[in-house]
Amino acid sequence: MIVRKDLDDGLEQLKSMLLEMGSRVETVLHDAMKALEQLDQESARAIIKKDPELNRLEDQISEVGAKLIATQQPVAKDLRRVLVAFRMASDLERMGDLSVDIAKVVLRMEGETLIKPLIDLPRMAAISQTMIYESIQAYIHEDIDLAYKMANDDDNVDALYSQILRELFTLMTQNPNMISQAMLLSFVGRYVERIADHATNIGESVVYLVTGKRPDLND
Amino acid sequence: MQATQELGLSAKDLSVYYGSKQAVRNISLDFEKKQVTALIGPSGCGKSTFLRSLNRMNDLISGARVTGEIWIEEDNILDPRVDVVLLRQKIGMVWQRPNPFHKSIYENIAFGPRYHGIKNKKQLDEIVESSLRKAALWEETKDRLHQSALALSGGQQQRLCIARSIAVKPQIILMDEPASALDPVSTAKIEELITELKQDYCIIIVTHNMHQAARVSDKTAFFYMGDLIEHDDTQKLFTNPSQQQTDDYISGRFG
Repeated sequence: MIVRKDLDDGLEQLKSMLLEMGSRVETVLHDAMKALEQLDQESARAIIKKDPELNRLEDQISEVGAKLIATQQPVAKDLRRVLVAFRMASDLERMGDLSVDIAKVVLRMEGETLIKPLIDLPRMAAISQTMIYESIQAYIHEDIDLAYKMANDDDNVDALYSQILRELFTLMTQNPNMISQAMLLSFVGRYVERIADHATNIGESVVYLVTGKRPDLND
Repeated sequence: MQATQELGLSAKDLSVYYGSKQAVRNISLDFEKKQVTALIGPSGCGKSTFLRSLNRMNDLISGARVTGEIWIEEDNILDPRVDVVLLRQKIGMVWQRPNPFHKSIYENIAFGPRYHGIKNKKQLDEIVESSLRKAALWEETKDRLHQSALALSGGQQQRLCIARSIAVKPQIILMDEPASALDPVSTAKIEELITELKQDYCIIIVTHNMHQAARVSDKTAFFYMGDLIEHDDTQKLFTNPSQQQTDDYISGRFG
């Protein structure tokens, strides 16, 4: 077997940058939800301030991938590795943005107290956080079963989201003065639901990487 | 195979032996009209031997023996009764190094048609012009048709050889590394030409340049140690080959 050192080094670099992005996104979602539960303004501001680092990682992945295509002309699985890195980086970057959106909700709630204890939202976020972790694990170990598990987890997240919306709508109709915060909390539900969709996309990317086929796990 | 595609050439259970060594092992492959098929594989994998057997070039090698069948329309061209000269009119060949005759540009093209019986000057003029046009060489040579073909650049000579093979109106064009001795600009012209020519011909090309195979061909066949490992749509083969050996080879990890 011939070793293509420059290509292999580049592919390894993409992998470690994706790992780095994955663990950062996991942390930022965790921190954003904690900031929401505690309405912690300072922590919300810190989350927003750190977002450019994730964007920078995504740019770096694009650059390394483009360089590999231009100089190494990867084909077959090597090519799929690069294509998947582009897509995963973009999914992870969006997850970071959505977590920042949660932090922005915290800022908009400055001076308020929570209209209700948060139960389902943290549950939803916890599932999504696990999905981020597992999608990255599926990628590293090229584990298709784990990748397909995303579809199930995503259904659970969607079900919780519907439940949260119903609950918040009921609150809004009963207490008009809660409308503004209930709206913000339903936005958070939407953000978390989107994060789970992006984790599911990563599951799809893993299936594509391993099999060359493109399933739709978001259906 | 899609029903809409017409078969240009079909090899069935083709084997080629050099003495006791089997260089090509029981290969069956269909080549469709109006398509380019690339044959790829490491040196010694049998792809050139296979290509050469398609117009019976291996007849010229002592100790070479070919078994199986090669069908063009209703004829099995391995049948000893087949007229090899007529066969090579149907199947043109372009080699790795351009090999124009030591004659004028005009005579290089007119040679084949004249050999096959066309004597009329006007008719020959037309064939020379249309062949050079098809080979994208007319504009560069129309004012110097009677100068020596050897004065042309390497890339032009190769296009001249393609024009020469077209002049006898073949159905199939075989190309053995047609651009490997050319610079990148000439290579690009040859590749563009191949894409043009496939409108009219069934083209089979052997290339060591994997990316050239990916660029110019519709189908790719991967050979290894005399076996056909994989044959599929080029796009499929270069993004998601079904055999690990193919993946390793096109990724530059062996061969």
